Amino acid sequence: MLTYIIRRLIGAFAMLVVISMVTFGIFYVVPQWAGATPEAMASRYVGRAATPETVHLVAERLGFYDPVVVQYGNFVKGIFAGAQYDYGAGVEHCPAPCFGYSFITGQPVWPDLLDRLPVTFSLAIGAAIIWVIAGVSVGVLSALRRGSFFDRLTMGTALAGVSLPIFFTGMISLVVFSYGLGWTPPGGAWTDFSANPAEWAYNLLLPWITLAFLFAATYARLTRAGMLETMGEDYIRTARAKGLRERQVVVKHGLRATLTPILTLFGIDFGLLIGGAILTETTYTLPGLGQYAILAIRTQDMPQVMGVVLVAAMFVVVASLIVDLLYAVVDPRVRLS
Amino acid sequence: MSFLDVKDLKIHFPTDDGLVKSVDGLSFGVERGKTLGIVGESGSGKSVTSQSILGLHKGGRARLSGEIWLDGEELIEASTEHVRSLRGKKMAMIFQDPLSSMHPYYTVGQQIIEAYRIHNDVSKQVARKHAIDMLGRVGIPEPAKRVDSYPHEFSGGMRQRAMIAMALSCDPELLIADEPTTALDVTVQAQILDLMRDLQREFNSALIIITHDLGVVAELSDDILVMYGGKCVEYGTAEDVFYRPEHPYTWGLLGSMPRLDREPTERLLPIKGSPPSLINVPPGCAFHPRCPYAERTGDRATTEVPALAETEGGHLVRCHMSREERRGLWENEIKPVLETQ
Repeated sequence: MLTYIIRRLIGAFAMLVVISMVTFGIFYVVPQWAGATPEAMASRYVGRAATPETVHLVAERLGFYDPVVVQYGNFVKGIFAGAQYDYGAGVEHCPAPCFGYSFITGQPVWPDLLDRLPVTFSLAIGAAIIWVIAGVSVGVLSALRRGSFFDRLTMGTALAGVSLPIFFTGMISLVVFSYGLGWTPPGGAWTDFSANPAEWAYNLLLPWITLAFLFAATYARLTRAGMLETMGEDYIRTARAKGLRERQVVVKHGLRATLTPILTLFGIDFGLLIGGAILTETTYTLPGLGQYAILAIRTQDMPQVMGVVLVAAMFVVVASLIVDLLYAVVDPRVRLS
Repeated sequence: MSFLDVKDLKIHFPTDDGLVKSVDGLSFGVERGKTLGIVGESGSGKSVTSQSILGLHKGGRARLSGEIWLDGEELIEASTEHVRSLRGKKMAMIFQDPLSSMHPYYTVGQQIIEAYRIHNDVSKQVARKHAIDMLGRVGIPEPAKRVDSYPHEFSGGMRQRAMIAMALSCDPELLIADEPTTALDVTVQAQILDLMRDLQREFNSALIIITHDLGVVAELSDDILVMYGGKCVEYGTAEDVFYRPEHPYTWGLLGSMPRLDREPTERLLPIKGSPPSLINVPPGCAFHPRCPYAERTGDRATTEVPALAETEGGHLVRCHMSREERRGLWENEIKPVLETQ
């Protein structure tokens, strides 16, 4: 068990290193391959009116003349130890983890990410609770009543849920529930949980349900398929032969086995979402990581984009690490291999 | 009335292709302390019969009729909940493949504890002690340690022992073993059969063994019921069926048995053809397309379903041929061939 954990930890760490290399490569190396000079890259940091001397100086201070390996080393060092930026007039200290400064606002990226993380996290956690409960219970019920009206209705709805994009369902629900019925606030409303939990939930209700609808649909279909398979297993017959009540047969024996693969999917889905629910945040103008990423891409603000990408990747890796470890707890057969 | 008494049991499954008559008018009985072997090919209705005794087909698509009396209680008309409360306690079952029949995510102990606690209101600690005790009784070494193992950590024979421990945890009075040794190594088969015989004596339960392996029933059974196409074709004591079989299908089964004392160059005597479709059961005698003696009874073989008739002292045979004709065939044609082999 301990070796399993250690192996998974090493794997996760290696994954993060590779991701950081790829990300760094995309934003700093590929442009140079494509013919961008260090000056051209540095020019994004200075105003349009800057003289060639200034650009050269900035490129030198940012290390764009150094070999790629040294640049990457400095970048990694910035994340772990912080970085010093010499502005000529003074030295700016960027504390760890340092993802650099925004081209546009001149602000360090990390505090921005920290500001936006709670929004995305709130969105993801609420939606996750709704979609897991709704998706799994609908899946179980329709598997048990296969072919019934309930089964057809929910699976039809689930098909719609999988197929309809968030910007469609989100817009429709905004039109109906916010602007039409006035039940929920229009997009853009955000209250911190610590400030007012009730308002936090009220503001997020519609985004939660919209986002959860998409995922619940997938989970319902998966759970249904898994339950149909599991309930035909020999050990379900054994459980019945023991005299177990049908509800316990379904929950303790059937669902228990069905949930294991769903757990894996959940870890990755949730990790991805914390990295930014781009469509949902954009539709409801929530100031989360997804929206931040979109803005950064639109304004070609490279340090911001890179920061979001790395943080999002980290969440996915950490989430799948947790899932892997949980898997060993959930499925005893994993522990041996 | 016997301890378990099944009368005219019919189990039909409506499907898109037609009505599947898995079991069509089956009657038998088992006393406490006695063993009945139900023999037949795949699809002859053996497993469906045993599962319906436990009520596992209740509430499903199956249409059940007839009577199942267990210790004076009728089970087909009884409520699902009542049958559930008997299941595992009064009657228990051992399944064919112990690996797929045990839940992979729970330890062997947890599964036995669960079985025990459904019917006994005891604490987990007490149930655990009982589980360890049961594992010891079925011959699992170091039961106190193995109780926390998962099924995949057991060998095939150990798993089947654990399965037996689980089935016996509530002292069932009726034990049904559905192909209990089919998934096991030959060397382990004998051990499991010995174990079942010893435990049956100890618990004095009624035992039904379902198998396609005549060797297994020969080892354990008092009575033998041979099934073909959902019907009983021969029913009698083990001696009747082994030494004085009267149905051509039983002869075929005996001829298909590999034997060590037979010359390796000699061929088995397999039954020609394949088991009947249970949707379109052949008219007349279901066995006639495969029966080497079908023409002896002329048109009756294809037009008339033979009755299950007593030939002598409780020995029942379903065949159009006369008793004398069957006995003549057995003594003069079949027995000499089987014996010389």
